[in-house]
Amino acid sequence: MGCVEIRGISKLFGNVRAVDQVDLATNEGEFLVLLGPSGCGKTTLLRMIAGIEEPTAGEMVTDGRVVTHLPPRMRDIAMVFQSYALYPHMTVYKNIAFPLRARGVEKEAVRKKVEWAAGMFKIERLLDRKPRELSGGERQRVALARAMVREPSVFLLDEPLSNLDALLRASAREELRQFQRRVGVTTIYVTHDQVEAMGLGDRIVVMSQGKIRQIGTPMEIYQWPADTFVATFVGSPPMNLLDQGDTLLGFRPETFMPTDAVEGSGGVVTYPFEVTYLEYLGAERLVYGTVGEKSHARHVVSRLPGSLILPMEAGKTYPFAVALRDLRRFDKKSGLYKEGGPS
Amino acid sequence: MSGQPVSNLAVDGARGGLLDREGALAKLMIAPAILYIVAMIGVPFVLAVLYSLSDATTGDPSLNFVGLRNFTAALEDPVFRLSLWNTVFFTLASQCIVVLLSRLLATALLKTFRGKWLVRFLIMLPWTAPISLGTIGWLWMLDSIFSPIDWVLRYVGLLGAPDALLGAGTNLYYLGIPGLAISSIILVDVWRILPLATVIQLAGLSSIPKDLLEAAEVDGASPWRRTLMITIPLTLPITSIAFLFGVVFTFTDLVVVYVLTRGGPVHMTQVLSSWTFFKGIEGGDLAQGAAISLFMFPVLAAVAILILRMARRTEVV
Repeated sequence: MGCVEIRGISKLFGNVRAVDQVDLATNEGEFLVLLGPSGCGKTTLLRMIAGIEEPTAGEMVTDGRVVTHLPPRMRDIAMVFQSYALYPHMTVYKNIAFPLRARGVEKEAVRKKVEWAAGMFKIERLLDRKPRELSGGERQRVALARAMVREPSVFLLDEPLSNLDALLRASAREELRQFQRRVGVTTIYVTHDQVEAMGLGDRIVVMSQGKIRQIGTPMEIYQWPADTFVATFVGSPPMNLLDQGDTLLGFRPETFMPTDAVEGSGGVVTYPFEVTYLEYLGAERLVYGTVGEKSHARHVVSRLPGSLILPMEAGKTYPFAVALRDLRRFDKKSGLYKEGGPS
Repeated sequence: MSGQPVSNLAVDGARGGLLDREGALAKLMIAPAILYIVAMIGVPFVLAVLYSLSDATTGDPSLNFVGLRNFTAALEDPVFRLSLWNTVFFTLASQCIVVLLSRLLATALLKTFRGKWLVRFLIMLPWTAPISLGTIGWLWMLDSIFSPIDWVLRYVGLLGAPDALLGAGTNLYYLGIPGLAISSIILVDVWRILPLATVIQLAGLSSIPKDLLEAAEVDGASPWRRTLMITIPLTLPITSIAFLFGVVFTFTDLVVVYVLTRGGPVHMTQVLSSWTFFKGIEGGDLAQGAAISLFMFPVLAAVAILILRMARRTEVV
């Protein structure tokens, strides 16, 4: 129940390869996040899984059944759209009941299921309202209830939080995660927001230009990026990359600290860090500057915790260091991660 | 000295130009439209009411009050009753067909295909042609001797042969036989309104967010169910507007009947507007004509109110 397997799926729009030879398999009951910048093909991939878009090439299997060319209603899949796509002429009750009535479920059973789904998202008191009388957060809950009411084996979400304000988004994210844990339905979630992806996903699929760049847990994606794209797309500010011949040396801003503050049990690399600009953000300080010779000067960012009280001024140079275990090496040409210890 | 510019500014603001006084400007700008409506609709309407209560004729248009005599006389006239029925029947029949056909056409035009612009152009053509010219074209098409439709039917063997499906005669006499004449009038009414209705329906269909139909698809609705539960309810307000516009145009139309049949054969296709014209203008009985035409008023008023309410509903959705 609830496994999606994608084998060599491609989608062409004219000459544009929206999705390019993607292989992907979900685990039972996991929360999988498709992460990537706009236009990377993540939504197209999701729409192909839903069956709204037909792949140009490749095969799609859910629960051992080939569904590549089946219409959406013959796949056991529910989807929440970015716009929520609530039916404006129907009450909330009828919206939630719609998928059941489309399947010819008997009236009394429909009523019970709708009440169950409404209870799950705490929207019982909204059942008689029309979508236009609801707030953004309420609409989102109705859309979730409508998707969940027929207990699909796979649950697809297309940036469902992007229309909510920041405060609501944080609480909705938490609720969504808890809900998914409780129900245990396999979920594929599309977003361009890395914070959402890190917070929600059991695993994250990072996509760019129609291709998968890396699949891994949030920790793997963040700590061990497969290439420079993942390294710079995930994390804010992104990973620092220093040019070293045919290698790019990468380290996260929070690992780049004043030499005294770096724990050097495994050895450290030190750099004279010329500070150009400081940003005080409350919980942390971002320090922008350059390291290395003038000719090879590279911009790097350091992220210092607010608790680290250390006077610092723009225009001055300070000794900074990175622990060896925090250094990552990438091939300069291909951008791919390189095994092997730091030089 | 420093106060000088400030006080200047204050004086300017207090006086203001006409352009700054929104109330006055609004009245000024809407005045031409109101004047036009009063002169072209209000005055004739009041005149019609006055005439209908008098014994005015084209020879003697003086107004002598005769009470409701003209209305009772109209109601007792079998031709008037037939005209009233015909007006309602032609309008409803043609507009029901128009709604169906325009929905089909709009659905087809929503898709992309080769030569789409040509199809659109051809569909819009009847609307751009003057109604009288178009109807004269139909008059020739439906001619009792030279009808090209009859010619085609004879050519394919449906007409003119002893065992032909449509009879052994050489012609069908579209405008001379009651059933065919009525059908012909309805056909031309449909032809006339279809372009407008199609454009309105097309606007309605393309205003449905694609997301909604896709959501319904994922929710498991069959194409038939999507049409029934999503597309039709969502386009109902705008379809009703297309329908009501068609009703107004057809209900008040004089040209189609006047050009094609002049109400014949034996008043079988007479409608209120043509009967008004024949009685009031050609027959010279202004008072009777006015009374007959006033029977259109309640229907049109009701339709106008409905259109306004529908327009408001589309705004909300």
